This record gives sequence, C-alpha cells and structure tokens, in this order.
Amino acid sequence: MAFESFSALVYMEGHGPYVWTCYGAFFLLLGLLAWYSVFERRQVVRAQRDQQPLQTSRQGDSSDWGRSGEASFQRIQSSHSETASKS
Amino acid sequence: MWQFFHKLGSPKWFYGIAGRFMPWLLGAGLLLSLCGIVWGLLFAPQDYLQGNSYRIIFIHVPTAFLAQSVYMMIAVAGVITLVWKMKVADVFVRSVAPVGVVLTLLALFTGAVWGKPTWGAYWVWDARLTSMLILLFLYLGIIGLGYAYSDEKTAARSVAVLAIVGVVNIPIIKYSVDWWNTLHQPATFRITEKPTMPAEMWVPLLLVVLGTYLLFGWIAFYRMQTEILRRERRTRWVRELVQTGGQSQLKTGGA
Amino acid sequence: MGSRQPLAVPLLDPVNSSPGVWHAMVAVLRRDLRLSVRQKQDLLNPLLFFVMVVALFPLGVSPESSFLGEAGAGILWVGALLATMLSLDHLFRFDFEDGTLEQIALQPQPLFLLVLSKILAHWLVTGLPLVILTPLLGLMLYLDGNSVAVLCLTLLIGTPVLSLIGSVGAALTVGLRAGGVLLSLLVIPLYIPVLIFGTGTVMAAGSGADVSGHLALMAAMLVLALVLAPLAAAAALKISLSAS
Repeated sequence: MAFESFSALVYMEGHGPYVWTCYGAFFLLLGLLAWYSVFERRQVVRAQRDQQPLQTSRQGDSSDWGRSGEASFQRIQSSHSETASKS
Repeated sequence: MWQFFHKLGSPKWFYGIAGRFMPWLLGAGLLLSLCGIVWGLLFAPQDYLQGNSYRIIFIHVPTAFLAQSVYMMIAVAGVITLVWKMKVADVFVRSVAPVGVVLTLLALFTGAVWGKPTWGAYWVWDARLTSMLILLFLYLGIIGLGYAYSDEKTAARSVAVLAIVGVVNIPIIKYSVDWWNTLHQPATFRITEKPTMPAEMWVPLLLVVLGTYLLFGWIAFYRMQTEILRRERRTRWVRELVQTGGQSQLKTGGA
Repeated sequence: MGSRQPLAVPLLDPVNSSPGVWHAMVAVLRRDLRLSVRQKQDLLNPLLFFVMVVALFPLGVSPESSFLGEAGAGILWVGALLATMLSLDHLFRFDFEDGTLEQIALQPQPLFLLVLSKILAHWLVTGLPLVILTPLLGLMLYLDGNSVAVLCLTLLIGTPVLSLIGSVGAALTVGLRAGGVLLSLLVIPLYIPVLIFGTGTVMAAGSGADVSGHLALMAAMLVLALVLAPLAAAAALKISLSAS
C-alpha cells in the first residue's frame, strides 16, 4: 500500500483532484459508451419487433417467410395493414 | 484457414461466433483492467519526479494506445472492404469509429489534466497531444463521411478509401508534428522518460493495457452485433431470432 | 453556370481508335483551363478570399511590424491553405452534375491520369495565382526579401500538394449535396504536415539557416502526393459515380 490512510489516498499530496478527475472521466465516458450501446441494441430490437408483423404480411405470398400454415393469421394482418396505409 | 476467412464474410455466422466470445472478453477484460487500476492507484510506488500525478498513466497510456491501434484496425478493415467486399469489415468500421472517438477524447482529456501538475498548463502544444488531436479529426471525418451517404455500400467504400488515405498520412503527420515541436518548443516540456521504470509500475500498466484491449473487443463485438441486426433485419434468421430468441439471445448473441 | 464546353474531340472517340494517353490528358487540361477562364468568378474568388483573410490579421491582431514580420509567413500559408480548400468543391462538382465525369471515367485511358490533369488545371488556376500574389502581400506584412523568396518557393512546392490531397476529399464528397463542410473536415488533418513544413522552412530561412534540406523534404512530399493522390482520387470518383 502506497498510502497510509484513506484521506492520504484521496488527497495524494495535492495531486488528488487531477488523478481523480481523470479516473472519473475514464469510467464515466466508458460507462456512457456501454450504456449507449445497450440502448441502441434495445432500440433496434424493439423497432424490429414492432415492425415484424407488418413486414411478414407484406411479403407473405412472395417470400420464403410464412410457409408454415400461418395463412389465416397473415390475411387478417394484410387487410389491417392496407387500411392502415390508406388512412 | 480460407474456410474461416469465407465464413467471416457471413454476418450470421459472425453474429453467433461473436456471441460465444463476448462473455470471456468482458470477464477477462474487466478483471485485468480493474486489477491493474487498483494496483496502480493503491499499491504502485510514488514517482520520484512527478509525485502521485503520474498515476494518470494507468489510464492515459491504455486509451492513447488503443485509440491509435483502433485507427489502424479501421484502415485494415477498409482494405478488406475494398478488396474482398466483406460486409463484416464494414460493420466493424461503422461500429468501432465512435469507440475510437471516445478513446481519443479520453486520451486527450487525461493528457491535458496530467499536464497541469506536470507542465503547469492544461494544454501544451506537445507533439503527442497534437497528434492525438489530429487523430480525433481523422476519426470525426470517418464518422461524418459514413453518415453523409444514405447508401450503405457507397458509404462503406468511401470510408474505406478515406481510412486508407489517413493511415498513409499518419506517419507523415507524426513526423511533421515531432519536427515542428522540436522547432517551436524547448525540450523541457518532454515527459520525463523514465529509463528504468520499476516493475511495480509497468506490470499494472501492462495489465490495464491488455484489459482495455479485451474490453474493446467486447464492445466492438457487441456494437457489431447491433449493426448486423439492423442491416440484416429483412433476412429470415434475424426475424426468427427476434421472434423466438427472446431477450437472452439478443443480449449476449446466443451465448 | 452557362453552357458547358463539350469535350474536345479525342475523348468521345470509340475505343479502338482511341488517342494516346498523353493526348487525352492534354485535352482534359485544355478543356478545364478554358472553362475556368470563361467563368472568371471561380478564378477570382479564391484570390479575393486569400487577400481578405490576410488583411484581417493586421486588423484583428496587431499592425505592429514586429508581430507581422514574425507571423507573416504563417498567415500567408494559412490563407493559401484556406483559399485552396474553398475552391476544392468545384474541382469535380460541375463535371459530376452534367455527366462529363462519367464520360471521362468511361474513357479507355486510365482514370487517374485524367484526374491528374484535372488537378493540374485546378492548381494552375488557383494555386499558381496565389503564389504570384504572395510577394505583394508579403511586403505588406513586413517580411524581408529573403523570407519572401523562400515563402514563394515553399508555396510553389506546397500548393500543388494541397490541390493533390484535396482532390481525394473532393472526389469522396462530390456526390453529396452539402459536401463543403465535410470536405474541410476530411482534408484539414491531411493538410497539417504541408502547413508545418511550409511555415517551418520560412522560419528556418528567417533565422539564417540553410533551407535546402527543408525544401527537399517538401519536394519529397510533392512526389509522394503526385504518385498516390490521383490513384486515391480516381478510386473515390469511381465509388461516387457508381452511387449516383
């Protein structure tokens, strides 16, 4: 241990403010970066989840999506999306 | 070897493999860098010249190191984008450039704060600080150009050209800034090079450097996964993942 | 903008009867020069900008001869750098918008050589006039004769480098509507070495040192830029063209 007491560690013979500002900025910025990355991921997933039923119905007939007997579900969705696009 | 290289071109495969590595990267990275930081802050001996302010080195050097090597990685990814047109390389550039900006800002900030007790001024036109400032501009240019094009392919290839041009210039910039610095400033402003740094100082520093590299790997993989999800949102596997995968799958990428 | 001058004969020839590379380069150069001469505004704007920026420093900082004599070289270099940067946006823009650039890219001659002659034309109408104007402004900033001579020499070597490096940025942003600000962000970091060596050479000359080594370094930069910049600019142009 290079310091005798906790207050000596905080004070660091006058250099404390500089050292602790740097470490504060380090953890703050990296934390913000990590938080923002998680936030972005959530946003992408949420947008995808909200949009997915619509896209499914739009491409229902042509694409490879929904081959597995979801026809009735899709039909309802597609009429729904049509009215939505008209309004 | 070549099979691995071809697989790397597939975003889906990359998404899965990244998810397998990420927990290890995060765990080991946190462990190493926290150990190094605690060691450096609490146990490393005091520097006889600079006193305790030298303890900033344990975050200043890793961020500066990483900021520079991330730019190199971006340039390498740029070459891969142009030559092999690999999607994952461009995803890397896109996801990692903001991380580079944060690291450069941190290196600049810690350098400036360190300058106050050492040189007596927050900002000194020191060769290293100035090169880092230019590096920040290079990063901002890459991000700006990437966002300026709405077409992903064009953006990817333009950014790749810019990154390569920048990397060719980095040695010239470094050399010129060093030269300019010796011309304008007396050598008194140099950080005192400690010829024999005791092991109690460089071992924790090495730990933090390694740890931040691993943490960078984690955040890069995580952001790349997000970017892949965004870009591949019309593909079947992403739809299935979103619909069936649930939170855990999407959070850690199938770990 | 008025009507654009059609390309001179050789560029539109079919592939098999295509003229030599040299012929095509000269044709592009002549066409660009003729266009600039006809649009006098493009020719004058960078020069006016240069003079005004330089005039702002004595007004804004200090008219003392001691200050201006010391800072004059830097002021002139920064002014020349900014003026060149201001004119870069026009380097490819009009040709891009009216489709000429696409025609040039389709020529059998290598694109980077044709780009090189466009850059040369750009330097002849912006960089060279700046160099010619420099002695006059140098005298107004109390630079001594020797410094003015060295300054002109560094600008003569340095402004082509500025045009060459700038062409890469211009080619990357030509497809963007608001490319101007972005262009300066891309180009300024790459300009820094040129600026440092340019002003450093003049300062060394001012303190009586031998500057042949400095000039050789700048010339090396010019050669490097001459070899690499047209290649990068051509690659960037191809990307911009394929996007539109």
